[in-house]
Amino acid sequence: METLAELIASSPVFAGMTDEDLALIAGCAWNIGFKVDEVLFREGDDADTFYLVRRGRVSLELHTPDRGGIVIDTAEPGDVVGWSWLFPPYHWHYDARAVENVRAIAFDGACLRGKSTEDTRLGYDLMQRFAAVMIDRLKHTRFRLLDVYGGTFVG
Amino acid sequence: MAVRSSAETSLQGAVLPVPYRVRSRVQETSDTWTLELDPLAETVEPRAGQFDMLSAFGVGEVPISTSGDHDGPGPLTHTIRAVGPVTRALCAAGEGTVVGVRGPFGNEWPLAEAAGHDLLVVAGGIGLAPLRPAIRHALAHREDYGALCVLVGARTPRDLLYVHEIERWRSRLDAEVDVIVDAAASGWHGRVGLVTMLIPGAMIDPESAVAFVCGPEIMMTLVVRELMDRGVSPDRIWISMERNMRCGVGHCGHCQLGPVLVCRDGAVFRADEMTPLTGVREL
Repeated sequence: METLAELIASSPVFAGMTDEDLALIAGCAWNIGFKVDEVLFREGDDADTFYLVRRGRVSLELHTPDRGGIVIDTAEPGDVVGWSWLFPPYHWHYDARAVENVRAIAFDGACLRGKSTEDTRLGYDLMQRFAAVMIDRLKHTRFRLLDVYGGTFVG
Repeated sequence: MAVRSSAETSLQGAVLPVPYRVRSRVQETSDTWTLELDPLAETVEPRAGQFDMLSAFGVGEVPISTSGDHDGPGPLTHTIRAVGPVTRALCAAGEGTVVGVRGPFGNEWPLAEAAGHDLLVVAGGIGLAPLRPAIRHALAHREDYGALCVLVGARTPRDLLYVHEIERWRSRLDAEVDVIVDAAASGWHGRVGLVTMLIPGAMIDPESAVAFVCGPEIMMTLVVRELMDRGVSPDRIWISMERNMRCGVGHCGHCQLGPVLVCRDGAVFRADEMTPLTGVREL
């Protein structure tokens, strides 16, 4: 059976971290499960916990008065859900919901922020890793702004 | 009526529209219909990747890729998105309506060259239509290929073509078929994002895989870039181009793109040959 640190190390976002850093991070983490349709967090809630998806799919949703719930993104195994825990005011900007039964690792954001403040090298490493995730998501979001399937292409 | 098996379009077929009668008309999405057509004269059987010039008599003519089964006899199938007067008229053509068909024109998806390799098919929006004959062929001759992976992107779930057929493809154990949409209403159980996001997880060997890509040009540009990032060589990536095809035989020059005439030299091109042409910013 894999330890929490080993499970964390197997995800792309934490890949290559030292055993010491992984042990520090694992100290702020625990296993968790969500059933279909269960909400991981809601828009406006305190962003004190984020998740690394191990199994299943999580949808990120925005709710609008006229169009109801809109899925703006999905997270797959290996993906991190949430980075609002990194920056004030530490509130979620959207809902996260389990589309399937989900197994995940939950992380205490305040705990990780505290360890990052104590160990700025670890903090910088984490910030670089989450910046890469955010840049990748931003890139794909910008591509979608192009409405690539629109236009007059008729096949 | 007789269907000649020759892949060569006769001079008459290239110049004069052959009358076809609409056998069936199926609405795929809010703006897209599939027409099955029966010929009223001798015709030429198309190959996967080729296109026809379809006429709505009295309105005009447009190039549309074939989207049916090319491995046996059957109606000529075209999936058409209504974006202008001609395509709107064609999409409105009910059963029994006679439309004109010139063709088939252009080259084909290199299915024979892809044999023995992993095959990755990436379709965006109505780009699935020109790829459907190739996908059907690969599924029908599954033993000829390594891994078979089909990635389909659309704007929303409502914009997905051939939903029931995709479900059948997904139920097969010998092919990986994944769907992703740009946005969806709450309750959608699939993935959300651009089709490029599916490429990193595709179960192919990038060292030898062959990729067929079709969709709007910007989508193909992004897909080719992502495939190259994944390690797929651009000389093994094939894309289907759309330009202002008019004559279909390389005479009028409307579809010229640098040194190539898309109707005559394509519409299927290797990405390494096409990218330098489509990447030109100023002429």
